[in-house]
Amino acid sequence: MGSTLQVQNLTVRYGGFTALDNISLNLEEHTTLGLVGESGSGKSTLARVIAGLIAPDEGKILLGSQELLKKRSREQHKKIQMIFQNPDASLNPKHSIRQILAEALLFHKIVPRQQVEQRCKELLARVHLEAKALDRFPHEFSGGQRQRIAIARALSVEPSLLIADEPTSALDVSVQLSVLELFKTLTTELNLTMLFISHDLGVIHAISDTVAVMRQGKLVEKSAKDQFFTRPEHDYSRELLSAVPKMPNTTTAGGYYEPRT
Amino acid sequence: MNYIQLDPHLHEGGRTANRLKRIWNTPSLLVGSIMFAVLIILAVFIPYLSPYSPTEQNLSAFLQPPSAAHWLGTDQLGRDLFTRLIYAARTDLKIMVLAEIIPFCTGVFLGMLAGYYGKWLDAAISLLTDTFIAFPFYLIVIIVAFASGAGERGIYITFMLVGWIVFARVVRGLSASFRKQEWVASAQTLGLPGVRIILRHLLPNVLPQAVVVLMTDMVGLLVAIVTLGYLGIGITPPTPDWGTMISDGQPFITTAWWLSAVPGFAVVYTGIALSLVGDGLADIWRKK
Amino acid sequence: MMSTHPVLEIEALSLAAKSNEALVHNVSFSLGKGETLGLVGESGSGKSLTLRAILGLLPRGVTQTGGVIKSGARSAMVFQDPRGALDPLCPVVKQLAEVVYYRQQVSRKASRMIALELLERLGLPDSLQRSDRYPSQLSGGQCQRIVIAMALACKPGILLCDEPTTALDVTVQRQIIETITSLQQELGFAMVFVTHNLAIAANLCSRLYVMKAGEIVEHGDTLDLLQHPSDPYTQMLIDSVLPLPELEGGRMNG
Repeated sequence: MGSTLQVQNLTVRYGGFTALDNISLNLEEHTTLGLVGESGSGKSTLARVIAGLIAPDEGKILLGSQELLKKRSREQHKKIQMIFQNPDASLNPKHSIRQILAEALLFHKIVPRQQVEQRCKELLARVHLEAKALDRFPHEFSGGQRQRIAIARALSVEPSLLIADEPTSALDVSVQLSVLELFKTLTTELNLTMLFISHDLGVIHAISDTVAVMRQGKLVEKSAKDQFFTRPEHDYSRELLSAVPKMPNTTTAGGYYEPRT
Repeated sequence: MNYIQLDPHLHEGGRTANRLKRIWNTPSLLVGSIMFAVLIILAVFIPYLSPYSPTEQNLSAFLQPPSAAHWLGTDQLGRDLFTRLIYAARTDLKIMVLAEIIPFCTGVFLGMLAGYYGKWLDAAISLLTDTFIAFPFYLIVIIVAFASGAGERGIYITFMLVGWIVFARVVRGLSASFRKQEWVASAQTLGLPGVRIILRHLLPNVLPQAVVVLMTDMVGLLVAIVTLGYLGIGITPPTPDWGTMISDGQPFITTAWWLSAVPGFAVVYTGIALSLVGDGLADIWRKK
Repeated sequence: MMSTHPVLEIEALSLAAKSNEALVHNVSFSLGKGETLGLVGESGSGKSLTLRAILGLLPRGVTQTGGVIKSGARSAMVFQDPRGALDPLCPVVKQLAEVVYYRQQVSRKASRMIALELLERLGLPDSLQRSDRYPSQLSGGQCQRIVIAMALACKPGILLCDEPTTALDVTVQRQIIETITSLQQELGFAMVFVTHNLAIAANLCSRLYVMKAGEIVEHGDTLDLLQHPSDPYTQMLIDSVLPLPELEGGRMNG
């Protein structure tokens, strides 16, 4: 089953504004592509187009050998799942966690009805949450926990491609690390292909195999991670990398760091 | 497997207790519900509470002031005013509730459709609501009531035509804002069809606000029913109704003012009760 | 490093909500003239509330339950969300001139001149002199520059910065931080810098105070603290700055 995603000459316009300008991109199977860009670069639009939430004006999206059209089949819907940025808004506030996890399981008939409860517990265990969370409502959880539930929901339909749109940006730094760790284990355990979007280059470095950079709707660069972080091709990538605030070099005492007084 | 610690202070069983405590801490809801409940109990049990008939005339005892036998006195045809007042509550409240059911459902549903799908559907529904709003409410009510003939049927038809607009407008705005929320987007990426998202996801979120609007709208509807009765194009005599009672009492306003004032007060009482319930519910849902 | 003449001294500051829940507990620090001090911590650690207490702008329902704030200089604040800090219906130069007019007590004409000078100093485009713009017509970084200009118009001895770059892109963040440091060298104000990003704090501040759940868990000279953190929370914050490999050919200069 080739789950490689191919995006060909994708263009999206809002009125006179071009949000995506002729983007072509390949996602190799079982790898994580980190997509970097500043606000307004079109990275979220790209994610939403691939997830089928926005119809492109031009271009094609291929999942394996199948072309994804505006109307997708149930099977195609299941293949691509998305995690969103804002943990406060990603779960329906009126649904219990059981309802949230069971809905797609039942709708897509992933497991027989009598096994739904068991599967919900397994999904929660995957994201390191206790089974008693099932009876609770989203507002009873912290941001990081809600993001875990959102991940469990996305995994419920057994997707082959996971899109994560800034999934850790709204979280506190301590929580951010553990959620990143979870993404890493899940992608290796479940053999997922992932498109991980972030403006934070540290996060991208921690999670990606390949890095792509977007700016003003255009794809600027796509390189292997190690190459990107040490020898970026494009000047804009270099500018981005140079702007990241760095910790003073604490291992070699003195020398590097000059305190400002 | 190491689990993330859940917040321990929220445990099972505490939820219903919590809800009761919240209702107890919302005096407007409590007072409003009690006021409304008193009216409903009286209306339900009035045949057992009062020895008098609401329609039978007793011309030997007309226009009596309040007394032990007749708590609120009698009208110009010698009928007990208190009995008629409560029987009128039966008529008016029954019509009020029944006339709201269909407009409420259609309004909420159309509002969700317009807000969720947007585009031409939204434009069409918004055009319709704006057109209706451009006409003075009572003008439409009176025209339709005349056209469909006086009586209960006319009132139902009128409100089926115009009653849904309030709900459609409120729910449309709410749905449009929920539509941008990420939980809707994730339901879409899970491949759930639009109708299912509307009914399973949007509905529980728009319902609280719609119910609050329903409470205030019912007050407006009650006033409209009474107004139509007063104008003689609503409930037809001899069925007791607060509107006809007010207009029947009008010729005697100098000698027996209570004939008009008491049914008027009943309308105000019901209005306050429903508004308090609406306010209280809004408070509770906001705090959550 | 402790200055002999602190411009700001906070002793055992405690803040509490109406329900008597302690939000900030027993926070003390002093700020020397021209010094930069960092308050680091995650959301809910009380760092922003401490800043607001210095400015006397506590949110409704929060009261000071103990401690003293002694301030020897005027303070001004730069907020996290620059758009939220500006009046969306008033053009920016006019807004800035308004602040100058009231705080510096000069004529309307002079206030506009001073405002334009401030704009230039903050590296805002000259085109603003000719045609004033509304906040929505400027980028987030430009709005933040206007907010900083407004803070400087108060001629502060202390600049309070509440996560001023968190909402901005990295390249803009770098420019804003460079602007703030060069202005500080030029004007000599002291600064309290609140952030959750230890890397930014480390580059800006001479001393760091790590806050957690309303209390200071650790403080000290920046380099010392980063090299020998004694509290596990500090260590966690240090680890949360994800490392990047060195760029070959060096980093670009702004």
